[in-house]
Amino acid sequence: MEEQVQKQSWWPKLVKVVSDHPLVFIILFFFIIPFIMPYKALATQIIIWGLFALGYNVCLGYTGMLSFGHAAYFGVGSYTTGIVLIRLWPNIWFGIFCGMLMGAITAFVLGYLCIKRRGIYFAMLTMAFAQLIYFLAFQWVDLTGGDNGLRNIPATPVTLFGYDLHIYEPLRFYFFVLFFVILSLLALNRILESPFGQVLQAVRENEPRAKSCGYETTNVRWLAFVISGSISGLAGGLHAIYLHFVGIDSLYWTTSGQVVMMTLLGGMGSFIGPFIGAGIFLYLEDMLSALTSNWMIFLGVIFVLCVLFFPAGVWGTIKNLSTRKKD
Amino acid sequence: MEWTAIVMQLFTGLSLGMLYVLLALGLSIIFGLLTVVNFAHGAMYMWGAYAGVATVAITGNFWLALLVAPLVVGGYGLLVERTLIRPLYGRDINYPLLLTFGLQFIMIEIIRIFWGTSDYPFQAPEALSMPLEIFGIFYFPAYRVFVIGLTVVICFVLWFFLERTNLGLIIKAGTRDSLMVKALGIDMGRIWWLVFGIGSALAGIAGVLAAPIRSVFPEMGLAMLVECFVVVVVGGMGSLKGAILSGIIMGEAIAITTLFYPQMADIVIFLVMAVVLLIRPSGLFGRAGLLE
Repeated sequence: MEEQVQKQSWWPKLVKVVSDHPLVFIILFFFIIPFIMPYKALATQIIIWGLFALGYNVCLGYTGMLSFGHAAYFGVGSYTTGIVLIRLWPNIWFGIFCGMLMGAITAFVLGYLCIKRRGIYFAMLTMAFAQLIYFLAFQWVDLTGGDNGLRNIPATPVTLFGYDLHIYEPLRFYFFVLFFVILSLLALNRILESPFGQVLQAVRENEPRAKSCGYETTNVRWLAFVISGSISGLAGGLHAIYLHFVGIDSLYWTTSGQVVMMTLLGGMGSFIGPFIGAGIFLYLEDMLSALTSNWMIFLGVIFVLCVLFFPAGVWGTIKNLSTRKKD
Repeated sequence: MEWTAIVMQLFTGLSLGMLYVLLALGLSIIFGLLTVVNFAHGAMYMWGAYAGVATVAITGNFWLALLVAPLVVGGYGLLVERTLIRPLYGRDINYPLLLTFGLQFIMIEIIRIFWGTSDYPFQAPEALSMPLEIFGIFYFPAYRVFVIGLTVVICFVLWFFLERTNLGLIIKAGTRDSLMVKALGIDMGRIWWLVFGIGSALAGIAGVLAAPIRSVFPEMGLAMLVECFVVVVVGGMGSLKGAILSGIIMGEAIAITTLFYPQMADIVIFLVMAVVLLIRPSGLFGRAGLLE
């Protein structure tokens, strides 16, 4: 019987291998994406949004907090990186670092106001406070450019041992972004494998129980929220450099919605899911927007169907199917 | 500053607050009974406005539009509950939220396909277009007075329905403990269905009422949805009293800041929310711990 299963289906084994060693396969996959996408910039966009969704997933997938306000951390990261590069110091590493830091700080402050509430209250509060940030940025025209967005972010050169890397060429820029994505993946992997990561998942599964085991669950969730915010800020900073521009839309609550959709489409609670979700979303957007200006209706339908029939997302569904075959 | 200007602005705030009240009541009544956070509420409000635009374009009759909009949107709500929300009962409460979130984009795109993306002008009806003299001290657009009056009537009807009819009592009981109501032999499924329809119809009527005050465009519900969430959170989730009080407070807060410090007008409701939540985490009339 067991042999038969092995003969018939090779793919459940593949799925198992992939989900056991997600990092190896994601990184392998990263080296293929730019060559299978219609153009390199799309691949870059996919990994930036994938990184954002990955950060978001720390919140939703690993800790079970449905935030609808992650546009705030992404947008604040974008604006910070942009403003630092324009006004303070045109050093790309410093700019990205500041974006990440401000993402974390914003998440720290807003987290304090939201974290005590749970479930849908948390969703509505995070959304409302993110909208507050949007309106602040909208009004503060001197700093952010208001409705016009932040323009002319300089393309500062990146040098290694005095050697210009020409990172603004599409494929090189992809690998420049990939460097940060892989770093974040490794760091997150380390965090989630640590005892702290286990506590996070305990909080998701049963908070009262985690609490009675002696964990300060509120602080644990707060910290997870800050980590999530910092990765979102990093993704935002990379996005600002990628576009040389920050639009006010990046702070609007539909951006938060977009990352929720990506995470759910791909499958939450895994490393692979967010990247699959971002890939599907952006690929479809790219393909459909060439055909019709009403492309959002297709993504809306796909998302609704996904919620109704495949709540585990693409990767979760694949994994479920592969384990079901065994009996 | 002239004090009549302030009184007038208070009236403007009240008429804006009334739109919040209608929308927040719809959200709150649905949430209280079904525990569904309807993210498509803003899109339903927008559909209400477009239903009004379409009715006026065809018949030229605003009063008919006032009737058609809630019927269309309410009927649509009934359809959505039956086909899309019902399969999600019993699953995590985040799923209906996510579903309606996706649904609103479909609704926005449908409008864009048929009506395009630009603003639609929508005139207040002839009978209400002249200014009305209030207490003999200032003039105020009659249409806004009408909005305030109609909302008061709707609130009263809703109160009567919930407090004085058998169906209303079942809904109230269901909000407390729907399992118990089911055990008493009442088909809660149909009650849920009806309540979702009523909530949607309230969004529809808010949309058509808002049309002459705020412009009509496909994304009009997006910002409104967030504002309504703020109203509902401040009032206390599931509390109708809270929705009414908080809707009026927010309308006035916006109106007053518009007068004194217009740059803050978009931000003030969030600040009010932050203050209220720091003092009363479950909102003005919220039951602590409801569905957390």
